[in-house]
Amino acid sequence: MAEATPPKIELRGIGKSFPLGHGQVRPVLDDIAFSARPGEFVAVIGPSGCGKSTMFNIMAGLETASSGEVLVDGDVVTGQHEHFAYMPQKDLLFPWRSILENTSLGLEVAGETKKTARARAASLFAAFGLSGFEDAHPFELSGGMRQRAALLRTVVQGRDVLLLDEPFGALDSLTRTDMQSWLQGVWSQNAWTAVLITHDIREAIYLADRVVVLSARPASVRLNLTIDLPRPRELSMTTSAEFAGYERTLLATLHEETLSPRGP
Amino acid sequence: MKNSITVKRATAPRTTALSALAPPAAILTALVITWQVAVTAGGVQPAILPSPQRILQQGWEARTTIWDNTLPTLQETFLGFAVSLTVAWTLAILIDFSPWLRRALVPLLVASQAIPIIAIAPLMIIWFGFGMLPKVIVIALVTFFPVTVGLIDGFNRTDRDAINLLRSMGANRWKQFVYVRLPSALPSFFTALRIGIAYAVTGAIFAEYVGAERGLGIYMAVMKNSFRTDLVLAAVAVTAFVSVCLFLLTYVAERAIIPWHSKERRSWHG
Repeated sequence: MAEATPPKIELRGIGKSFPLGHGQVRPVLDDIAFSARPGEFVAVIGPSGCGKSTMFNIMAGLETASSGEVLVDGDVVTGQHEHFAYMPQKDLLFPWRSILENTSLGLEVAGETKKTARARAASLFAAFGLSGFEDAHPFELSGGMRQRAALLRTVVQGRDVLLLDEPFGALDSLTRTDMQSWLQGVWSQNAWTAVLITHDIREAIYLADRVVVLSARPASVRLNLTIDLPRPRELSMTTSAEFAGYERTLLATLHEETLSPRGP
Repeated sequence: MKNSITVKRATAPRTTALSALAPPAAILTALVITWQVAVTAGGVQPAILPSPQRILQQGWEARTTIWDNTLPTLQETFLGFAVSLTVAWTLAILIDFSPWLRRALVPLLVASQAIPIIAIAPLMIIWFGFGMLPKVIVIALVTFFPVTVGLIDGFNRTDRDAINLLRSMGANRWKQFVYVRLPSALPSFFTALRIGIAYAVTGAIFAEYVGAERGLGIYMAVMKNSFRTDLVLAAVAVTAFVSVCLFLLTYVAERAIIPWHSKERRSWHG
């Protein structure tokens, strides 16, 4: 126990199956295991419908696992939500709250006074390119800004691990590239530990320190690939030979797993 | 980058009050003129069908009486609707928090709408007399259902992902309700409110019609029995006017309570 610092987060043998009735079950997750060091960015990719979101829900304590455990800093925290800040696919900014009120929601729910919660959220607005939009309402913001506000709402909670579920999936490709390069930038300045679900292999390589490839359902870890590209990462790196090499490896692994040969 | 950001407010074309009122007013005027011409040209007996001009004239002459009868109707409508809203909110919140109550109450709510009010209203007079109470009960009975259903439906229509987000933040059921379910339900509440208010005034008239000391309903009944068709129709016009005013009032309340809703809707269409 004492020889090395435990990983920030570790999944051990996470399994999940849903009852189908008549004593039958549908296995969705089968023995998922991976970990992330403090400050490490891990991307998870896998064939569509392989159960990535179920895995996230188990980590966030929204669903119970059929087997296995989730550890944070070496302690078993399965089913607890306090350690994870969750950013869902949709931005889910509420139209009845201003951007500042939306971003401070998590702190307010956690019992902070409105004043403290809003002051803490407000201090991050500049870094998130949202200065001047504190009192705006979500419908006044562009897609990229909404996503940045949703990420601000996630990180301001100050939880141990960020769970990002395809945060840029709904953006157009130009905005998405902007957001990836922006996220990469703020990432370099902060010591966030994060797990990112994505369908986008290039996004995974560009953003992550490690890419975990899941198999088709029932999902298990097929590949755990370390991305050894220097930080901060420039967009130009995405055309380098190393980048292409990672891309080939990941594509090949995914193709073996996907029934459709066209891939994700 | 930061300085180049400017707040772009939604600038969808706004319908002015005038442009919204003009088309219905034009059609109404055309109908009234046709009516006037038909009655004058056809020589119809005023006791059968009076002309609009006669209704206006006689109604104006009877204005004090009509006003004295309008006030109690308004009072009953507001009181009945207040009771209805209290019942609807209480039931809808209880049902939202308790699956058991949902299973127990929803069938009963639906069954309550099978009660023929037309048969019950006269009994109310026997049970509760000619005062305010039976009217309030009838109004509450005819209006609480659409509001309750609108609220239950509104709470249920909350985005499941939004609930999951709140759960991930550590929100218990009550906080989920306050932060997400309640605000999510308000737009459907206001839709339901409009349906309810449309029934409220006619509910009051109907309750009075079967027996009351004062009110537009009993006024119409008395005038009908004296073959004063013109005054019955004058009272009908006042009723319609009051209903439309209350209906418009719900929009005012909506804008005041959930200003974000109409702004968001405009920005989608814009």
